[in-house]
This record gives sequence, structure tokens and C-alpha cells, in this order.
Amino acid sequence: MLHTINKSPFDRNSLASCLRTAPDGGAILFIEDGVYATAKGTTFSGDVEGALKNQKVFVLGPDLAARGIAEDKLIDGISVVDYSGFVDLVEEFGTVQSWL
Amino acid sequence: MSYEVNGKTIEHDEEGYITNINEWELDLARAIAVDEGIDMTDEHWEVVNFLREYYSEYQIAPAVRVLVKAIKKKLGADKGSNKYLYELFPYGPAKQACKIAGLPKPTGCI
Amino acid sequence: MEDTETMFDTEGVTKNFMFLNRKAPYGTIYAQEVLELVLISAAFEQNAAIVFMDDGVYQIVKGHDPSVSGMKNFSPTYKVVEMEKEDAEEDEDIDMVWKIIVEKESMEARGLSTDDFIINVEVLGSQELSALMAEQDVVFGG
Repeated sequence: MLHTINKSPFDRNSLASCLRTAPDGGAILFIEDGVYATAKGTTFSGDVEGALKNQKVFVLGPDLAARGIAEDKLIDGISVVDYSGFVDLVEEFGTVQSWL
Repeated sequence: MSYEVNGKTIEHDEEGYITNINEWELDLARAIAVDEGIDMTDEHWEVVNFLREYYSEYQIAPAVRVLVKAIKKKLGADKGSNKYLYELFPYGPAKQACKIAGLPKPTGCI
Repeated sequence: MEDTETMFDTEGVTKNFMFLNRKAPYGTIYAQEVLELVLISAAFEQNAAIVFMDDGVYQIVKGHDPSVSGMKNFSPTYKVVEMEKEDAEEDEDIDMVWKIIVEKESMEARGLSTDDFIINVEVLGSQELSALMAEQDVVFGG
């Protein structure tokens, strides 16, 4: 199962709700304002690091770039994907849940 | 676009569904039925009244399956069928009966 | 076009759909849109897990009266969801299975209990909800 998160964790509880209920062995992809959760040293970094134990975690590169978040600021273990990588994830994980 | 009934003007949309459900009255229902080419019998009124009661309770029109079941309960198994409802409202019970009952056009695929 | 016909033939095809309601009822259109989707899925006799979590639990609390602000009260329509569920349980000709679920954590965080809801619900903790989510073919969030 693939989860997408498109809102900043500082603005919405989507990240928390996703982490609380996502079945193990899936993937989380951060897009749009969701990418703010992928930087090191935020209040939410610990939660994302915890998620990495049970989920693969991805972030959409163009959305990172748009917001000026350099890849060396990312939490270790998060992989950057481009749009075609996004499509590959959808194909690989089948069921998609968008945490709006 | 509007119907003229008993000296009143009642607005409707391009398909003939009235825009304000509260403006519905019996003579309006009769007028819409004439437009639809339907000769209203007691059996037609049963369906129209059921739709109005259901809408007032649940704020939506029932799915056809729900309607069929309710009619079956009220009028017996021989009348509780899609065929029976289509005989009464040949262009579709949901579309025609809802229009006569003053309900909004049903959404979804029914 | 034989292919087109095959595509739309849903006879005998039953999938597991989860509808994840996470938004409060009147501030945005999400709740109403998901509700409509749920009712449409009934027409196709699909399995449905209708879940209320986060602010979505506010959709089914008793006593809504949005008429004061000129909005339609779609609260009674959730009763139809409950009836569809019961219908599916009683009628042998209907193959679909429906569940109406509230996430325990979300309910408790808002000081609510099942007595506060207009419909009967099954309360699941996030772990149980997670297991159910893993069984779904399609998840609609809103």
C-alpha cells in the first residue's frame, strides 16, 4: 500500500494519522507541502525516522526543489523520486491512500 | 424557466426539476406529469408520496433498489419490481417520479 | 465493441472499498462528496468499510442544525448508510458486506463516545484499523 501526504505536518494531522494506521510493509511518499516533514531536525523528524523501520519512505524531488530543501537536509533513509518514480511506486504498491 | 400553477410562478432547471422543493404542491405535480405524458393514477401517487416522505426523512432520493423494496412491502410482491416501476414511469422511475415529486434530480448512477 | 462492454460488466466483481472520512462536516465539501461515493458504491454492491477518524468523527455526532447558516443538513443521510449495511446483512440476495467504523483514538481525543453518534458504529483501535486497511483493494480518503 502506498500513502501520499501532501500537507505540512505543522498544518495538519495527516502525517500522525497515517503513521498511526498505515499497515507495515508499505510506502509513504511525501509530495507538495508534505515534503516539509522529510527534513532533519524538525519536531516531526523522530516520527519519520520511526516510520522508516516499517515503511519505505520517499519524497518527490521537484517539490523539494521548489521549496529550497536540499537533499543533504533529508532524514537518512528517505529516497528522492521524480514524477516517473511516483508512477513506478503506484504501480508497485497498488492501493493508494491520499492523506489529504 | 418556470411552471405556472394556480397563478404562481415556480422556477425549474433546464430539465424540469423545480429549484425550491418547498414550492411543491399537488397541482404542480399534476402539471409536471402532463408534461411528462403521464396519466397519474393511485399507483403513481403511491410512488410519488413515498419519494417525498423518504426525501423529507433522509435528505436524498432513495436508490431504485430501496424504492423497489419499499413498494414490495406496501403493495405486494407482484408490484415490487423494476418492471412495475418502469410501467408507471417509462422514462425511468428515478428521473420521472422524482421530477413529479419535486425532488432534485437524483445524482449517481440510478 | 466487445471490449468496452466487458470493461463495464461489474456482475460478480466484488472489491473491498474503504472510505476514510477525516474531515469535519461543514467546513469543506469532502464529507458530502465521500458520502455520495459511499451510496453509489451500494448500487454496485461492493464491500465497503466506512471509517470515521480524525475530525471525520464529527460527521456523525447527533444534533446538527446547519439550517441557521443556510446549509443543507445531510446528517440524516448517514442513516441511509446504516440501512444499506443492515440491508446487506439481512438480504441473502445481496453479497456485499458493509462495516461502519470509528477509530477509537480519534473518538476519545474529542471526548466522544458511541452514544454521541446518530448511527451504530464499530469502534476499532488504530492497530485493528491498520489490519483492515491492509485488506482493501481501494481506499478513498477525504
